[in-house]
Amino acid sequence: MTIEVRNITKQFGAFKALDNVDLKVETGELLALLGPSGSGKTTLLRIIAGLDWPDTGSVSFDGENALSRGAGERHVGFVFQHYALFRHMSVFENVAFGLRVQPRAVRRDEAAIRRRVRELLDLVQLDWLADRYPSQLSGGQRQRIALARALAIEPRILLLDEPFGALDAKVRKELRKWLRTLHEEIHVTSIFVTHDQEEALEVANRVVVMDKGRIEQIGTPGDVYEDPATAFVHGFIGESIMLPVEVRDGRVRLGDKLLDLESQNARPGPSKLFIRRHDFALGPIGSGALEGAVTHVRAFGPTHRADILLNTAGKETLIEIDAPRDRDLKPGDIVSLQPRRYRIFAAQD
Amino acid sequence: MTIATANPALAAAGSVAPLAGRDSRTEPRLVRFLVIGFAMMFLSVFVVLPLVLVFSEAFSRGVGFYLAALGDPEALAAIRLTLLTAAISVTLNLAFGIIAAWAIAKFDFRGKTFLTTLIDLPFSVSPVISGLVFVLLFGAQGFFGPWLMAHGVHILFAVPAIVLATSFVTFPFVVRELIPLMQEQGSLEEEAAISLGAGGWQTFLRVTLPNIKWGLLYGVLLCNARAMGEFGAVSVVSGHIRGETNTMPLLVEILYNEYQMVASFAVASLLALLALVTLIAKTILEAQIEEGRHVSDD
Repeated sequence: MTIEVRNITKQFGAFKALDNVDLKVETGELLALLGPSGSGKTTLLRIIAGLDWPDTGSVSFDGENALSRGAGERHVGFVFQHYALFRHMSVFENVAFGLRVQPRAVRRDEAAIRRRVRELLDLVQLDWLADRYPSQLSGGQRQRIALARALAIEPRILLLDEPFGALDAKVRKELRKWLRTLHEEIHVTSIFVTHDQEEALEVANRVVVMDKGRIEQIGTPGDVYEDPATAFVHGFIGESIMLPVEVRDGRVRLGDKLLDLESQNARPGPSKLFIRRHDFALGPIGSGALEGAVTHVRAFGPTHRADILLNTAGKETLIEIDAPRDRDLKPGDIVSLQPRRYRIFAAQD
Repeated sequence: MTIATANPALAAAGSVAPLAGRDSRTEPRLVRFLVIGFAMMFLSVFVVLPLVLVFSEAFSRGVGFYLAALGDPEALAAIRLTLLTAAISVTLNLAFGIIAAWAIAKFDFRGKTFLTTLIDLPFSVSPVISGLVFVLLFGAQGFFGPWLMAHGVHILFAVPAIVLATSFVTFPFVVRELIPLMQEQGSLEEEAAISLGAGGWQTFLRVTLPNIKWGLLYGVLLCNARAMGEFGAVSVVSGHIRGETNTMPLLVEILYNEYQMVASFAVASLLALLALVTLIAKTILEAQIEEGRHVSDD
C-alpha cells in the first residue's frame, strides 16, 4: 500500500501544526517521522489514520482518496503512545475487539476469531497473558498487546505514535529490535513517530525529519546523518558543534578571524558552521583553522572528550570534541583544530 | 525498654521507640478520644436517634396498624406516584447526564464553562424557587399556561409538573459524577476502538459505557434518592390533590398536620428505609469505583 500526502496544512487555533506537507510512502516501507515536540509529526500520523482532519490538502492510499473515509474504514492499525488498551477487557478480548466489531456479513465465527487471536498473541510472544487485564502487564507487554490488537484487523498500513516513548531505556532497545524483525516478517507499510533520533536511525528504512510543521529532509538514515539538507537537520541529528560565522566574498570569517575553509557556495551573510564532534583533526599550533586551550578532559570510553575554549577575536566559545584515545591531552594545552568535514548553512534557513 | 541488644546502633534506634506514643505528628490520646467521641455523639443524636424514632413511632401501634396505614388507598397512590416520578426523572437524567458529560469531557466548544456552571444551578437554587419557575411557566397566568389550557393540556397541579420539577432538581447528580470520570479517562480508548473499525454506537456500548458504569450507577443512586425524597419543588407544583398529586414526602406532611402520627411515620419509615438502602449501595459502589481507579492508575 502506498501512501501519498499532498499539501497538507493543519492549524490549531493560532498554532500551525502542519504547513504544506508533502510525503510519499512506498509499499512495505518502515518510515520514521522524526522531530522535536511540536514539529507536527503526531498530527501528520493522526491525519493519515483518520483521527484528525487536515484544513487543506489530500491523503491517498494506492491512489484512492482516503479523506472521504472515516478512521474505521481505512483499515489502518494504530498504536498509541500510552497503549490505550481497553482497561475492562482481558488481553484476549482486547486483541479480539477489531474482529468482533466487524459487520455481521464479514465477521468470522467465534472459533476463527479465537484462532486468529491466538496466532497474534503467538506473534507478539505473549500467548501466556491472554487472560490477564491490561493493568496487570508491564509497559513493554502492554505495547506488544496494543500492536497485536492493531494487527488483528489485518491493516493495510500500520501507524505507531511514539510506540516506545513511555518505556524505560532497556525495554525500549529490545522492542526496537523486535519491531524491526516483526516488520521484516509481516512487511506491512509502516510509519512510526519518534523524537528519539537513535530510534529513528536504527529502525527505519527512511527517515522524515520535521520541524515546525514542515518537512526538513527525507532520506535514508545514512543520508540524513551524513548529508543533512538544512541547518536544523545538522543540529538535530548527531552531535554537532555550531559556530556563528560570516560568509563574505566566498570566504568564511569567525568574528574578524579569517578561517581557512571553503564557503561551500553559501549565500553571503551571517551563516552557521556545523562540525561533528568527531570530525576534528588535532595538530600543533598554526596547523588548523581554529585554535584553543584545553580546559577539561574526560578520559573514558571509546573516545576521550575534551572541552576546548576557542579564542576568536575577544569572544570565547567553549566547545566539546571527541579526541582519539592515543592523543594525550592535558588541561592547559593549546591545540590547533582542523575540521575534516563541515557544513555551512545561511543563518536564515 | 526491655529489648537488650549488643548493637549500639540498634540500641540508639530502639531508644526512639517510647517516643512513638507522643509522636508529634499525632495528637495526644485524650484529644483524639474527645474528638472522636464528640463526632460519634453528634451523629448519634442527629442521625441515628431520629432514624430509630421514625421506626419506633411507625410501629408504636403494632405491625397490623403499620401495614394498614401503608395499605390505605391514599398512601398507595402516593407510593405509586413517587415510584413513577422517580422512574421517569432518573431515566431522563440518565440520558441527559451521559450526553452532557460526554459533550463536556470529550469536546472543546464555545460556552463549555457556561454549560458546566449551568448544570450546577439546581443545587444552588432553593427547591421552592425551582418549583415556582414551573408555576410561572405553566400556571394560569404563566408563559405557556393560557395556550396549554386552551388545548386541554394539564401540566401544573398534575403529574407532568411533578416529574418536571423533580427532574430539574435532580439533574446534576449523574452529570457531576460522570464529568470528572470521563475527563480522567480521556478519549484514547474510543479513538482506538474507532480505528479498529467500531462504529459510534459499538464504541459507546463496548468501551465508554463499561468504563463509566460504576460512576453512572453511583449517580443514578443519588439521583433516585433525591427524586423520591424531593419535597420543596414538588410541593409548589403539586396542588396537593389527595390520592392524585401527593408524593410520599407530601403525604407525610399532610398526615402529620392532621395528627395521624402513626400513619405519617409509617410512610416516613419507607423513605428512611430508602435512605438506608441507598447508603449501603453507595458504600459498595464507592469501593467498586475505587478499585476501578487503581486499575487505571497502574
